[in-house]
Amino acid sequence: MSKTVEIRWHGRGGQGAKTACLLLADAAFSSGKYVQGFPEYGPERMGAPITAYNRISDERCTVHSNIYDPDFVVVVDETLIESVDVTKGLNPDGAIIINTSKSPDEVRPELGGYTGKVATIDAAKISEEILGKNFPNTPMLAAAVKVSGVVDADKFVQDMEASFKHKFATKPQVVAGNMTVLTRSMEEVQVG
Amino acid sequence: MIHAKDINEQSKWQELTPGCEIYEPATASMTITGEWRTMAPAWDPSKCKQCLLCAPFCPDSSIPVVKGKRQDFDFDHCKGCGICYKVCPFGAISFGKEEK
Amino acid sequence: MSIRDRLSGNEAVAYAMKQINPDVMGAFPITPSTEIPQYFAQYVANGEVDTEYVTVESEHSSMSTCIGASAAGARAVTATSSCGLALMWELLYVASSSRLPVTLALVCRALTGPININNDHSDAMGARDAGWIQIFAENNQEAYDNYIQAMPISENPDVRLPIMVCQDGFITSHAVENIELETDEMVKNFVGEYNPENYLLKHENPLAVGPYGVSPYYMEAKVAQVQAMKNAKKVILEVGKKFGDETGRYYGFFESYKLEDADSAVVIIGSSAGTARATVDKLRAEGRKVGMLKVRVFRPFPFEEIAEALSGVKAVAVMDKAESFSAAGGPLFAETRSALYDLENRPKAINYVYGLGGRDFRVEDCEYIFDQLDEIIATGKTGEVYRHIGQRG
Repeated sequence: MSKTVEIRWHGRGGQGAKTACLLLADAAFSSGKYVQGFPEYGPERMGAPITAYNRISDERCTVHSNIYDPDFVVVVDETLIESVDVTKGLNPDGAIIINTSKSPDEVRPELGGYTGKVATIDAAKISEEILGKNFPNTPMLAAAVKVSGVVDADKFVQDMEASFKHKFATKPQVVAGNMTVLTRSMEEVQVG
Repeated sequence: MIHAKDINEQSKWQELTPGCEIYEPATASMTITGEWRTMAPAWDPSKCKQCLLCAPFCPDSSIPVVKGKRQDFDFDHCKGCGICYKVCPFGAISFGKEEK
Repeated sequence: MSIRDRLSGNEAVAYAMKQINPDVMGAFPITPSTEIPQYFAQYVANGEVDTEYVTVESEHSSMSTCIGASAAGARAVTATSSCGLALMWELLYVASSSRLPVTLALVCRALTGPININNDHSDAMGARDAGWIQIFAENNQEAYDNYIQAMPISENPDVRLPIMVCQDGFITSHAVENIELETDEMVKNFVGEYNPENYLLKHENPLAVGPYGVSPYYMEAKVAQVQAMKNAKKVILEVGKKFGDETGRYYGFFESYKLEDADSAVVIIGSSAGTARATVDKLRAEGRKVGMLKVRVFRPFPFEEIAEALSGVKAVAVMDKAESFSAAGGPLFAETRSALYDLENRPKAINYVYGLGGRDFRVEDCEYIFDQLDEIIATGKTGEVYRHIGQRG
């Protein structure tokens, strides 16, 4: 049986962690995979910590529980590192991908002794520079794809362009900006 | 199609309609509610001016009107409420214990 | 030819509704079923369907809308969850006793209290004796497939009963997974037109529904209603077979998964069956003879068929995602153990109540249950029959 890749997303209500999770499911689906993308609902309010999950596999995955031992963790809001045990159960052969201006070496001491790969990306800076607003989910999605390798990077970029063109059909001027965010995020993610 | 007239208290469950639906109008007339009556009105055609005030007041539609003239009561469905007796301006309707 | 796509369970149901293009929808939102009327409203607004979309002020009214529309000869649908279904309670009985084939997409959620928006089967199980056909889905695919089969079952003249197409709130309703969709043409042909013989405003013989039934008639009416539920069994199998012939995805009352030579089995409903399936695969790979029976049709309950399927098993754990407060087990357990009673050699049976209010049910939990069944087989002692799993303390 093929290995199922499991990914856990940490964000705050309103930041688009769930949307990024579903976009990753979309991207993996487009590359021919079986996918699951689902949120875990608690107090569903702006700012409250939320969790979302992906399972990505070559075969249909029938398990319908949450993910406890993820291969990858994506932290959309770095302030969560203080309040949530973001590396809990995380596979040491996997990676954690964090939205922060710090380098992997700077952020590692905050991760409770996690020994696996630490990847960082300044999603806020990239988004603000290119789009003029802080939309962290597209950079985080791009970084997650780059670091996890669950989807072929070139295919992902092509699919996302089509997806943005569809999503922003009424305002095509924003497609180019989002594509720049995507490719720049894949270049700038630091792995340590 | 099973008609209401064919359903009675001896009908087996297979002989009812689905959901007890009724497929024709005015089946209420098949139930002889006049049997529930203890008091009864009586109509005196000699005093009646055919003003027809009684007919719309009857809650059981038991005063038939034919070609603008009321007829005698439909005692199959008159429940003996006495409203017609109360509303008649001409004393043409009396009301009392029914002799069966 | 099926179409590869990825949708959430709610999207899948709304999409099936679009393909069917029902006459009337009674629409009222409640988590986690809200997305169904929400997505469907877009189809209405875009002119992709010509459904009369009736927004109402409560679930009592959305079900009343469906009842009125169905009596008038329309194909009527609605969706709800949890306390929304509870508020429909009175009308559920009106729909079923009037033999009106309304289709309700139920996105299962716990009932208050404490207030909780997450999944269990309290709502569906609370309505289990309301005279509705109840079909449950393991995943988005089954939610879609069951919805397409719902109307050919419920509108069959030998059945004429309302139907609840149930899936698990959030776990499948909000989870995007791969799905095989059918073409609009296939769905339209499979579901067909709804042309009841009689309806309210048919001018040749105007119909009256919902009469007063005094004692000399009431019991006959109920026996006739039970007969319709019995008739549903045959129709459910026919429709499931026909659906399979056209799509390759066959459906019956339940799915027997690796039960043939199993010593122990779990009986389970809904999304957790997927987790149990993965557990069975894992334990089978370790050489253990375990299996699963996933109940799809809860009403009518397939008593003889379930007993037969479990006849070779030594110990069975029946999994209830709802409490019944009988203080002796959940509703699925009561039915399943009753079904087993008629077997010459019946398996030992225990009940686990699990997953209430969104409590997660994991492969590890299911493994633990199979370990318990092994112990029962080894010792010959059933021990405590009525158990809970997943709670602290």
